[in-house]
Amino acid sequence: MSTPKATDFGGRALDFVMGIVEAPINGFERLMGRKRMPYLFLAPNLILFGIFTFLPIAIAVGYAFTGGTGLFVSERPFVGLDNFRQLLQCEDYLRPGSCRESLFWTAIWNTLWFVGFNVAATLLVALVTALILNRAMAARGFFRAMFFYPVLLSPVVIGLIWKWFLDRNGLLNAFLQMLGVPPEIFLLDVGWSRFFVVVVSVWFHMGFYTLILLAGLQAIPKDLYEAAAIDAASPRRTLFRITLPLLGPNLLVVLILLMIRSVQIFDEAWVLTNGGGPGTANSFIVQYIYQMAFGSDLRLFGLASAASVLMGLVLLALTLIQLRLGRKMES
Amino acid sequence: MSQGLSPIAFLTRTRRPGRIGVTDILSWAWLILGTLAVLIPVVWAGLSSFKPAAEITRFPPTLLPRAAVQQTVPGFDAPLSLWTVDIDGQRREMAMVRRIGLKAQMVDPSNPGPPISVDVKNISPVQRLTIATENYTDPLTRFDFLTFLKNSVFVTFVATLLTLIVNALAAFALSKYRFRGEKAIFVLIISTLMIPLTVVMVPAYLVIVGVGLVDSLWGIIIPTVASPTGVFLLRQYMLTIPDELIEAARVDAASEFRIFWRIVLPLTAPALAVLAIFSVLWRWNDFLWPLIVLSSRENFTLQVGLNAFQGEFSVQWNYILAMTFLSLAPVTVVFLFLQKYITTGIAGTGMK
Amino acid sequence: MGNLKLTNVTKAFGALTVLHGIDLTIDDGKFVVFVGPSGCGKSTLLRIIAGLEDISAGGIEIGGRDVVQLSPAERKIAMVFQSYALYPHMSVRKNLAFGLENLKFKRSEIETRIAEAARMLALEPYLDRKPRQLSGGQRQRVAIGRSIVRNPDIFLFDEPLSNLDAALRVQTRAEITRLHRQLGTTMIYVTHDQVEAMTMADEIVVLNGGRIEQVGTPLELFDNPRNLFVAGFLGSPRMNILKGKVTALGLAGVTIDAGYGAPLTASIDPAAAKVGQAVLVGIRPAHFAIGNEGLPFVVQYHESLGTETYVYGTLEGRGEQIIVHQTGHFAPRPGDLLRIMPLPGRVHVFDPESGLALPQSVSQRSDAHEHA
Repeated sequence: MSTPKATDFGGRALDFVMGIVEAPINGFERLMGRKRMPYLFLAPNLILFGIFTFLPIAIAVGYAFTGGTGLFVSERPFVGLDNFRQLLQCEDYLRPGSCRESLFWTAIWNTLWFVGFNVAATLLVALVTALILNRAMAARGFFRAMFFYPVLLSPVVIGLIWKWFLDRNGLLNAFLQMLGVPPEIFLLDVGWSRFFVVVVSVWFHMGFYTLILLAGLQAIPKDLYEAAAIDAASPRRTLFRITLPLLGPNLLVVLILLMIRSVQIFDEAWVLTNGGGPGTANSFIVQYIYQMAFGSDLRLFGLASAASVLMGLVLLALTLIQLRLGRKMES
Repeated sequence: MSQGLSPIAFLTRTRRPGRIGVTDILSWAWLILGTLAVLIPVVWAGLSSFKPAAEITRFPPTLLPRAAVQQTVPGFDAPLSLWTVDIDGQRREMAMVRRIGLKAQMVDPSNPGPPISVDVKNISPVQRLTIATENYTDPLTRFDFLTFLKNSVFVTFVATLLTLIVNALAAFALSKYRFRGEKAIFVLIISTLMIPLTVVMVPAYLVIVGVGLVDSLWGIIIPTVASPTGVFLLRQYMLTIPDELIEAARVDAASEFRIFWRIVLPLTAPALAVLAIFSVLWRWNDFLWPLIVLSSRENFTLQVGLNAFQGEFSVQWNYILAMTFLSLAPVTVVFLFLQKYITTGIAGTGMK
Repeated sequence: MGNLKLTNVTKAFGALTVLHGIDLTIDDGKFVVFVGPSGCGKSTLLRIIAGLEDISAGGIEIGGRDVVQLSPAERKIAMVFQSYALYPHMSVRKNLAFGLENLKFKRSEIETRIAEAARMLALEPYLDRKPRQLSGGQRQRVAIGRSIVRNPDIFLFDEPLSNLDAALRVQTRAEITRLHRQLGTTMIYVTHDQVEAMTMADEIVVLNGGRIEQVGTPLELFDNPRNLFVAGFLGSPRMNILKGKVTALGLAGVTIDAGYGAPLTASIDPAAAKVGQAVLVGIRPAHFAIGNEGLPFVVQYHESLGTETYVYGTLEGRGEQIIVHQTGHFAPRPGDLLRIMPLPGRVHVFDPESGLALPQSVSQRSDAHEHA
């Protein structure tokens, strides 16, 4: 019959280990019946979700109403709406300096500007790239992979790579010097640093959105384009009258997803700008929360939670819009 | 696709053969510029990571890693650097003894006589292609990067393994059983997709302190194991496994757990592979959560370690870039080999 | 022992009841076919016997043992699924071994049983192949082999031939019958194909709407359908149904007028009928004789199968289609008027309200059996 093989040994070893693992589980099945097994299979997942996802959500809201520097709720005095009052008290919301928590308002305005520019730029670049890749291009797979590659990199790595690229002695300055432009320390200039935070973010994430939009484009039936060609529609008309309207739902989903993710900008910007510099030019809302809670010895957990709750509400609203759109798309 | 198609014709092939319009040229320009934009910062950092400390801050920089050539010259204790010297229309290699203002004192290394004084305008350093492997070895041996690397590998491996097991079990329950609360549990799990870490990081940290996992690698492994993306991906795949297979196994006297690991798990291998790739990338690249949870150096992962290192040694770019590359290399290798899996996986689930 | 007893088996999915109190006894060694239209509950009943579905009420005994609480494996049954449900990642050998491994059989015993099943089903050359490398017929045999190695008390088949092409179906049908003779084990076989039911079964159970319509040997069911449903379901082409009225009661039967002044005689117990009663008359296509008198039949078209011919048409002035069977070649032209008369003793009579057949007269019943 079958000859013993090397894999047989591995198989036997695995069987042995699984034999030990399955003994108590099979015991449970005999005791409780087959019908209860799904609950056992779900248990590890649900316990982990319960402890590390649902419990924090439950605590988060309560936390926002407490003060002091203690960690556990029992050590923290109830302060009512004080944290929210502190965050929202402001003479003129357009001038963060006039607010009680000027850092918070600086972060909000920085985040809003970032979200605006980042969403517009990423969407534009991803859309153009997807439209080009959707043409019957040779080497489409290569380019799709190429643009997607940065998505997989770590934000820290990306921050450092770009930091080096934009360094006083970096390649960009070398290139500018060749053109006769004096070197610039980009990351110490308010305008340039904000510009490059957007550039890096687009560079980092556009491949992901290109992929989603490309999938949407490829779902558009080919015969529509053939019909348009027979109707002698110009390429421009085909784009604006057929492609974009049919891509519309995907574009909306991508737009919301981009907004949700942009609001949470932190990692790559934190590394690239050395923690939000120059000054507070690139200090964003998540960074504010992080710094309030963990960044110093202050440990202002209450304030950080209150800010989290406010940001969470914005994200929740965006998510609900997305779900609404998703349902509309399905019907 | 005839075999007579030349490479040029293939590359310039467009929708309408034989006609290359403005749109085609613009499209190609966009794609090529885009590719350069992706590649240049990465390749530049990679090349720089091999440059010796003395060379890395040279401006304007050289493209390839080079170093000045040193040579021991009889009569001098320390090795001297070699320079190309133009004297009287002749080009020679000489060693520099010292430099005074705009004059440099040079000797012939093979036949050292009294130093000749040369105008610095007429000399340029002799450089050879050198790969500064110490950029890689020093951080690993003299600093803590070996520890960081080990920590990252440990976290990535263990978390991925647990992620696969825990989520496959849950997906099995949610795809192959009908039980009370099935739908509610599924919705509950999927709804956690909408709760980003950034919103709950403060209370999540509190929970970690509460269960005693703060500043421990398990503190970053365990909370990330249950993954709604993972459950969703595996469940969708398991739904395609015919229920008759499960029933056949039941008739074959297999226990429910045996059905899971002998029948369902092997048949879910493609989806497990996709989840494994994602999980590896998530854990390897994870930053904010480890930054919050880990506080002592010996527990840092590579990402947290890199961030800390660049704060402390902001001038030692040669080390920073080398370690950046160390972190980037496995991801790149994974991507090169599994590119198709990853892109179709993302297109299929719309998640990353 | 492979006898099966179902008492009042009831199954409901929420508010929908799919089986209404099934009572059934199957003797050891019988080949029983559950047949019925789709949605009649036959597959559900099989899965209940297998232990893959719970019952809402009732009892199941296998070999005199109450098995309601037992798992499929503990019931000592084996099942061949419609899709075969072979484990795609395992070789044929592993597929056959899996169940035995789960039951902790000795390695040597497993090897012996696999070898025996492989020999019986001519699977030896394929033992190390994966299911996807096999043809449909070979997969089917592996699925059967997986049941055989378990040496069960009862084999269950769930429409096992529906994925095979016609030629293979006939061949596999014969193989399963041969296997049954060879093993002598109880087999329960679900199908919607009445030809399979007629050719394979020792006993047929006709199901409809979650109820058993009739249980009996194939010819019992063919000759004496208990009601309109069974009469219409078994036999191909289906039985012709005419409206009629009882006009006279005789000693050996009743006379029925179906119009056209040609009275039909049916061997019905006169005590069960009343003069003037409206009835439905059922006559199978093969049970008409074409002659000089009888019902006027207008030909529409005919199908010649070589050895036999089916003529399609209507009774003059009526709408319902009537099919008449003739052996050999026969080529009427459309529009031809034929006279058809049912063969004596081959007229079925049904009550139009309940659909039940009127009981045949005693002499006729034994007569019919002799014909068979």
